[in-house]
Amino acid sequence: MEITIRETLLIAAFLFSSGIFMILTRQNAIAILMGVELILNAVNINFVAFDRFLFDRVDGNVAAIINIMLAASEVAVALAIVICIFRSLKTAETDRLDSLRG
Amino acid sequence: MEYLLLLIPILPLVGSMINGTIGYFIQKRYGGEVNGIIATSTISISFLIAVYLFISLLNQPVEDRKILLNLYNWVFAGSLSVDFELIMDPLSALMVLVVSGVGALIHLYSIGYMHSDKSQWRYFSYLNLFAFSMLILVMADNLLLMFVGWEGVGLCSYLLIGFWYQDIDKAVAGMKAFITNRVGDFGFLIGLFFLIAGIRMVEGEGGVVSLSFGYLREISERLSGVHFGSFGLLTIVGLLFFVGATGKSAQIPLYVWLPDAMAGPTPVSALIHAATMVTAGVYMIARLNFLYVYSPLALTVVAVVGALTALYAATMGFAQTDIKKVLAYSTISQLGFMFAAVGSAAFSSGVFHLMTHAFFKACLFLGAGSVIHAMSGEQDIRKMGGLKNRIPRTYYTFLIASLAIAGVPGLSGFFSKDEILYRSFMSAYGFMGVWGYIVFFLLIVAALCTAFYMFRLVFITFYGSEVRAGEEVVHHIHESPRSMTSVLIALSALSVIGGYVGLPEIFGVHSGLEGFLSPVFEESSRILNVPSSHTAEWIIMLLSVGAAVVGIYGAYRIYYINGYDGAKPIRERIAPVHYIVENKYFVDEIYNLVVIDTVKIFSYLLSQFDKYVIDGIVNLAGRITVVFADLDGIIDKYIVDGLVNIVAQGIKFIGERMRGLQTGRIQDYVYIMVSGGFLGLILIRVLIYFMNR
Repeated sequence: MEITIRETLLIAAFLFSSGIFMILTRQNAIAILMGVELILNAVNINFVAFDRFLFDRVDGNVAAIINIMLAASEVAVALAIVICIFRSLKTAETDRLDSLRG
Repeated sequence: MEYLLLLIPILPLVGSMINGTIGYFIQKRYGGEVNGIIATSTISISFLIAVYLFISLLNQPVEDRKILLNLYNWVFAGSLSVDFELIMDPLSALMVLVVSGVGALIHLYSIGYMHSDKSQWRYFSYLNLFAFSMLILVMADNLLLMFVGWEGVGLCSYLLIGFWYQDIDKAVAGMKAFITNRVGDFGFLIGLFFLIAGIRMVEGEGGVVSLSFGYLREISERLSGVHFGSFGLLTIVGLLFFVGATGKSAQIPLYVWLPDAMAGPTPVSALIHAATMVTAGVYMIARLNFLYVYSPLALTVVAVVGALTALYAATMGFAQTDIKKVLAYSTISQLGFMFAAVGSAAFSSGVFHLMTHAFFKACLFLGAGSVIHAMSGEQDIRKMGGLKNRIPRTYYTFLIASLAIAGVPGLSGFFSKDEILYRSFMSAYGFMGVWGYIVFFLLIVAALCTAFYMFRLVFITFYGSEVRAGEEVVHHIHESPRSMTSVLIALSALSVIGGYVGLPEIFGVHSGLEGFLSPVFEESSRILNVPSSHTAEWIIMLLSVGAAVVGIYGAYRIYYINGYDGAKPIRERIAPVHYIVENKYFVDEIYNLVVIDTVKIFSYLLSQFDKYVIDGIVNLAGRITVVFADLDGIIDKYIVDGLVNIVAQGIKFIGERMRGLQTGRIQDYVYIMVSGGFLGLILIRVLIYFMNR
């Protein structure tokens, strides 16, 4: 089976949906961060796929690399926040973290 | 030489200025006599200059006897052109001599009379200012300048009547004099306007209207042709000027101020309210003789009013008990004589009587002042009596002046009064007709009354055995100082010899005064052409002497022995009449009722109008503004603020509903985000579907 843009986009969509599902269903903040990573990587696959199959250039690859770097730094900050929250509230369950409620 | 004319009025003005500005310090430093000496010397120098000019006038031929000094063009407005011009013709010269001469004597007398007063500087400043105004009045060569003097003497009269202004009655008397005079002056001014209008009509467009006497004399004949309605211009002008004269010279109906004017210091009463100022009206009519002769009607009115006043005021003298009030009514009565004279076109007789009256009435007033001085300020003759031997100089001078005013032969009053009687009688054969007899009759009765009330005064005041006053007053009685009695003697001497300048023609001499005044009056007498009769003059002279003798004898019978009480039986028999006369015919009360109360009621009504209508309108406007402001406040509070609040409330309402969306839980946000993404997708699909259709 030849791999075309269709299959690639389907994989990316699956990854994205999994990420969304993870965010919606998991209570743990770290698991939610994992879902965010899945979504980011779905986007990266899309960048690379469009570059590879439609334009045949390197721009998409560059964008994907920047995206990976961005995700890494984002996770670093987010994990630090989660640790801080855990330390002060003794929990990382998102259902309980509702102090921003209007 | 003309400039000497200017010095005559200016010197008293300078004296007035000195006393008015630095007089207070002079009095404080050197005493009040110095103020008096300054004032007296200025007026005395004026008198000396007047004498010099008078003599130089006499040295000139009759037709050249006139000195004019035209200083500058004073008023120039449109066709009206009035110069500041002074004149010295026989009439002015005589008046200036009387005013400055009698004035100087009275200034001198005042030094003694006022010696204990606190503000002599003020007194002498006023007195000098009066002399200045009066001299301007008699020396002015045009009506406008004369009016300045006319008003000036009115002002000084007011100031001097109210000199002791701390006494409210005296201040009120001053105001009464001033206001009554204003009524007369109003008539004078209107007359002046009529005259100017008349001259305009005569001169036509482009003519220059001057008010100088020489000019008026020239055009008087042409003016007599001018008519307003059925009245001749000169009748209207003459009557209106006479209204002014009744105010200034205290004739019916405006005489009421003069008795009250006695509130002033006695020398003031003598100078202003007897000798000079009150004669201004007579002088004015004599001066304007060339206008009056063209209006027999105006002359007749003047004569009749004068004669009525003469008798009316004389009867009021019967019942007065204040020595100065008696003399005040006597003055009014004598002024009536003068007006009767000028009204009978006997201008020189009027001026003659003016002069002799100035002498003997000034003497009487100053004598009364001396009596009051001796009696420690007592003015009620009922408390006097027996003063004959205690103050002999005062008594003899007073007696001489009384004889003069009563018309005893040989004294000045006899000659002048006799001439007036004779001329008024003869005017019945001239222009006045039957009115002439009436005037004559009134005057002869008035002459009898004059003799009576004057000797009533003399007998009550000086005769009798004892003084009817308190012990302290009696003990204090003393003859006045030399400076006062010498003036009395001088004036009584003048009262004796003053008549000989105007001896009647029947004595075989030419009347000196009449000849002297002839340049001023001759033309007028020719126009009216009043006949003369020596027989009539003899008879009238006898009548006049008879009247004087009867009057004096009557007073002697009643008052010689018992003084004031001698008249008791008569008083009781005619009690109602006496009551009316004693209260001056209730004229003051009637004036109060008719004029003053009307004015007061009117002013009260106006004040009420102001209070309720004008203030009401203002308050209403205020009230309306307040109501509008309240409405505005309500609108602001409920509508404007309400709108703002509704917006805020709306936003708050929406906010409260929306806050539920923000749960603070991440999953909720993501749900919303995702479902929003789905909705967006669906929407796009639907849109594309419909667009492709």
